[in-house]
Amino acid sequence: MEENTSHHVATRTFVFVWIALLCLTGLTIKAAQMQMGEWSMVANIAIASVKASLVLWFFMHLKYEKRLFKLLLFVPIITISIIIVLTFFDIWYR
Amino acid sequence: MEASFYHAKTRYPGIFGWIFTTDHKRVGLLYLFSSLSFFAVGVSLGLTMRLELIRSGMHFYSAQTYNAIFTLHGVIMIFLFIIPGIPSSLGNFIMPLQIGARDVAFPKINILSWWLFIMGGAIAVTSLFTGGGPPDTGWTFYVPYSIRTGTNISLAVFGVFLIGLSSTLTGMNFLTTIHRLRAPGMTWKRMTLFTWSIYATSWIQLLATPVLAITLLLLIIERNFGVGFFDPAKGGDPILFEHMFWIYSHPAVYIMILPAMGTVTDIIPVFTRRNIFGYSFIAASSLAIAFVGYLVWGHHMFTSGMSDTARIIFSLLTFIVAVPSGVKVFNWIASLYKGSIRMNAPLLYTLAFIFLFSIGGLTGLVQGALATAVHVHGTYFVVGHFHYVMFGGAGFGFFAGLHYWFPKITGKLYEEHLAKLACFFLFIGFNMLYFSMFVLGWEGMPRRYYDYLPKFNGPNLVATIGSWILAMGLIIMFYNLVHSLFAGNEAGDNPWEAASLEWQTTSPPPVENFAVQPVVTKGPYEFR
Ligand code: HEM
Repeated sequence: MEENTSHHVATRTFVFVWIALLCLTGLTIKAAQMQMGEWSMVANIAIASVKASLVLWFFMHLKYEKRLFKLLLFVPIITISIIIVLTFFDIWYR
Repeated sequence: MEASFYHAKTRYPGIFGWIFTTDHKRVGLLYLFSSLSFFAVGVSLGLTMRLELIRSGMHFYSAQTYNAIFTLHGVIMIFLFIIPGIPSSLGNFIMPLQIGARDVAFPKINILSWWLFIMGGAIAVTSLFTGGGPPDTGWTFYVPYSIRTGTNISLAVFGVFLIGLSSTLTGMNFLTTIHRLRAPGMTWKRMTLFTWSIYATSWIQLLATPVLAITLLLLIIERNFGVGFFDPAKGGDPILFEHMFWIYSHPAVYIMILPAMGTVTDIIPVFTRRNIFGYSFIAASSLAIAFVGYLVWGHHMFTSGMSDTARIIFSLLTFIVAVPSGVKVFNWIASLYKGSIRMNAPLLYTLAFIFLFSIGGLTGLVQGALATAVHVHGTYFVVGHFHYVMFGGAGFGFFAGLHYWFPKITGKLYEEHLAKLACFFLFIGFNMLYFSMFVLGWEGMPRRYYDYLPKFNGPNLVATIGSWILAMGLIIMFYNLVHSLFAGNEAGDNPWEAASLEWQTTSPPPVENFAVQPVVTKGPYEFR
């Protein structure tokens, strides 16, 4: 397995990712103030997904994993996405 | 020859050799014993409910007691019997043998799963005698009632939470096992279809159960701290609870039925002496069911006040999930065609399974169609339907597997005549009991009441008599299995002349399953 080969990731990368996360948090707050109605939910979920992806990709080292592993991760992500979309067929059309 | 795992030296003596074991076979038997004990309790509760319902009027249960009893019956049957039923007991015992592994991938997590399961069960039982008394919400714990009732919901729900955790761990464990521990030559297309079904089930356990965990935690938080997730007065949404509950619980019905489908798929070729018809289609349909099963939860909520758009979409998707189930049924029938049939008990139970499951599945379509669903919703039609799929389907599949693998697990043969007699009683009793419920539901008798209008007397009497016949069948069946455990004839290693890998080692198997590492060169159903 790959985990033993150490990837020396530059501290700089981590700091950049961290700053990006902070900015995205700021964006979430901004989005909440913009009174977008139904779309504020979309904005929130989109921003949260980007943040989660950054964490997974860099902090949790997904970037350095094998292809199969990345592919397998897609199964739950796609499933949960479809589930969320389906729920909105109720909430938006009620 | 190596000694069987029963006689091998364990790390701790006596009972500790079992409850601290890491051998997948022992863990499987622990699960088997515990879930069958819960089953016995659940059946007893069911029988007393039927007794109360023998005629209209109140006999010995008050309304409140009846509410607690059907809740308990439902919770036990779902979370403590049928969900762990096949995957954790037979799956644990048989699946590693079928792929030629020496154990599961994480043996310690395996026993941890059982511990969590038992602790969850114990906590759920404790909730009956403490706090505000036994929960009375039905097994679905719907808000707002579950938030307002004074009964001991939080503790019961926490018990279910632990059981869910146990189920998730088992799923993760089996997935890893099937991916990493297959014997040399055991390609994906040489795996038995039972293992395929366990594989599909494990994905559901891993991905769906956390949703249940979150839902139950939110419920506990709302009850104890008054946070308004579900309370409209605080900006919450009660229908959200139903969404979240069924996002888990609908896939969970496939946790119940898929392993049963896998079991009968393994049995049919052995007792017809021919290869299974449509191997790839059956394997793929398991995965398809697992996937589409995530997308249909809304059909439990047609009358909840959900939007019309959602109702139409969920109704459509529900029809789609019937397709892979249909694929399986036709493949089983095609596999029986022109086979050299040996009518042993496992096949008999399998045929009963196919018959009962088909009725359950087809009546499912009645409820999947919006217009008819509105008519039968909340009636005994629904109770009839889910007993046909869960008991007639998953339950009978489990019984079929118990008989089929009994020689593997114990090294003994059960008594064939008794097994058939039991199946006969079960089948007659089952149909009397639950078919009456379809009639009652169609006529409008609502579920979850301790009493009913006198015009429903007739079919209710038939159902109650049926429940006793069914109970006779269960008694004969378990008497036979337990008696044969001590007094049965020696089975030999492979009494059914099966071709799959679990039968190529001694019965019962040694501790690490195979004396020499098996190398697989052919498919699981090739008899020649
Ligand atoms: C001898 C066997 C059984 C009998 C006599 C029986 C009887 C009943 C009856 C009469 C009800 C309806 C209660 C009502 O709505 O008023 C019921 C509900 C239920 N049964 Fe069974 N049952 C049996 C076995 C099973 C099995 C094997 C399972 C599952 C594998 C099961 C799962 C359930 C569930 C989930 C409910 C719904 C509880 C609720 O409404 O919250 N039962 N049963």
